[in-house]
Amino acid sequence: MAVRIIEEKCKGCTKCVKACPFEAISMNGKLADIGPSCTNCGACLDVCPFGAIEQVDDGKQGMDITKYHDVWVFAEQRDGELMGVSIELLGEGKRLAQEIGCKLCAVLCGENVDHLVDELYEYGAEKVYYASAPELKTYNTDAYTKVIYEAIIKYKPEIVLLGATHIGRDLGPCLAVKCGTGLTADCTKLDIDPTDKKLMQTRPAFGGNLMATILCPNHRPQMSTVRPGVMSKPERVPGAKGELVKLDASFKEGDIRMKVLEVVKAVTEKVSLTDAKVIVSGGAGLGGPEGFQLIKKLADRLGGVVGASRAAVDAGWIDHSHQVGQTGTTVKPDLYIACGISGAIQHLAGMQTSKIIVAINKNEDAPIFEVADYGIVGDLYKVIPALLEALG
Amino acid sequence: MKIIVCAKQVPDTNEVKIDPVKGTLIREGVPSILNPDDANALEAALQIKDNNPGTTVTVISMGPPQASYMLRECLAMGADEAVLLSSRAFGGADTCATSTALAAGIRKIGDFDIIFAGRQAIDGDTAQVGPQLAQRLGIPSVTYVQKIREIKENSVVVERALEDGYEVIEVQRPCLLTAIKELNEPRYMTIFQIEEAYKKEIKIWDENDVNVSPDVIGLKGSPTQVFRSFTPPPKGKGEMLTGTVNEMVNALIAKLTEKHVL
Repeated sequence: MAVRIIEEKCKGCTKCVKACPFEAISMNGKLADIGPSCTNCGACLDVCPFGAIEQVDDGKQGMDITKYHDVWVFAEQRDGELMGVSIELLGEGKRLAQEIGCKLCAVLCGENVDHLVDELYEYGAEKVYYASAPELKTYNTDAYTKVIYEAIIKYKPEIVLLGATHIGRDLGPCLAVKCGTGLTADCTKLDIDPTDKKLMQTRPAFGGNLMATILCPNHRPQMSTVRPGVMSKPERVPGAKGELVKLDASFKEGDIRMKVLEVVKAVTEKVSLTDAKVIVSGGAGLGGPEGFQLIKKLADRLGGVVGASRAAVDAGWIDHSHQVGQTGTTVKPDLYIACGISGAIQHLAGMQTSKIIVAINKNEDAPIFEVADYGIVGDLYKVIPALLEALG
Repeated sequence: MKIIVCAKQVPDTNEVKIDPVKGTLIREGVPSILNPDDANALEAALQIKDNNPGTTVTVISMGPPQASYMLRECLAMGADEAVLLSSRAFGGADTCATSTALAAGIRKIGDFDIIFAGRQAIDGDTAQVGPQLAQRLGIPSVTYVQKIREIKENSVVVERALEDGYEVIEVQRPCLLTAIKELNEPRYMTIFQIEEAYKKEIKIWDENDVNVSPDVIGLKGSPTQVFRSFTPPPKGKGEMLTGTVNEMVNALIAKLTEKHVL
């Protein structure tokens, strides 16, 4: 599908130019001209007083995909520090790039974050596209979307990967619509089809009850957001170098329609579930918020952090930042101890790749025992104190 | 003010179970509900209406005809109008095509000051349709809104949740905001409102009503395609420890030490 100007009818009134949300229409002499950033949204159709714009089937499925090369990773930084998921994606992106036979590139936005460029090379990026401007210091939907969208149009990556953080999940959809391509959310597995080199994106659906492998066959770039903590971080190679490409980061009035007035860091203790080696989680079986004191004691003793099931979070016993599962955080610690958690599928989806899983539950039929390496049927209020005592 | 709320009817995924023999989803008997984040979106709109007389709230959804039950619920909570985009042509849509359809519906509804949507739906968990819709309408969006601080003449000041805190953002109107559950506590319907809701008409529009080509919506307009679906393989069942509490605890410590995780 494409939007087309019927030249005989166009009177050059420029109403469509103003109506286009994507600035895709410009004037070519007395005639309107539709440019490549057109998303076929049809907004111009309604405003043309002369019926001079039509949507036509151009016979093409999607776009010319042969012009697109390389794997891009959005290098998300906050306060001048790379997010862990971006490093994980460099490792995963490298593997994909090798299978396709193309380059791994990183896209970095910020203000004075030059020090991250070398870090990106050291984690495997062969090329870094870098935009530096005061407007990009902290994440801003409009500013980041504009800069990266323009880079995608200019350099045409085949694959764009973003971390499924609150920022990646905001930026990804905006970029995908502007580029007129698809986006697969929260992937947990990426593969290259060996026959046609297309990206196979696997993600959980229905609260983790079902896995779906998604393709984006006729549109480019192929875009995915990827859950933090699922892919492994690559080895850092000190001194590795690559090619730097500076991106245009100039803005005019109206480009940026929102302003971040303040960034407030959580006063509560930061829970880094994704990086934890040991997680002790509590669920509905705790019976109340005070149960988490016992969970915390065990977590502290084991040098781990506290996790929780959705049931415990929904009951208001503990903050959402502790939630493990499909709608919380995906974790894969060396040791996961589930206490009073029945094992709803949406919880299992977020923790079943842990190295060792221990389940403590009163109900011997609880589904959590299906994934546990070691199961203890019993009252957690008896088992955990005994465990603490035995550990000394 | 004129406010539009995007809502979706979803299966209650907490109730979805796996057939242990066939390994398939059992969807029979699973209740359909108003998507939880969308209930927060509607509540946010209704609170603005409560404080600003003359405000109208229109709920829009895309889905099969039975989604009108969910829209009736929205009317009973206090929405003024409800629109359902429903026809075969809309079916099989990915988030990209869904946002195209909703944008067409919203253009037909007309002017608005704020669009509220839920952050994500519990059946897909993508969180994509909200920001994609904003892009199509050419308006700014803020996702993960946990608090509305102030509604100004030409802008809105909101708090956007991050993993480790939040940002305070001022965004120009008209805009689209996506709600998370921390934003508010959705209200209950009253008997009177339920009765009133049944007196209202739910508009049902197809692709011709909203003037959108069948090629850009539904399965046809979806860049992404499901290649295959499968149930995740269960991890092999492990070892159940037996004996007294102390015996089990000691056995566990021995096993974990052996595996080098203690």
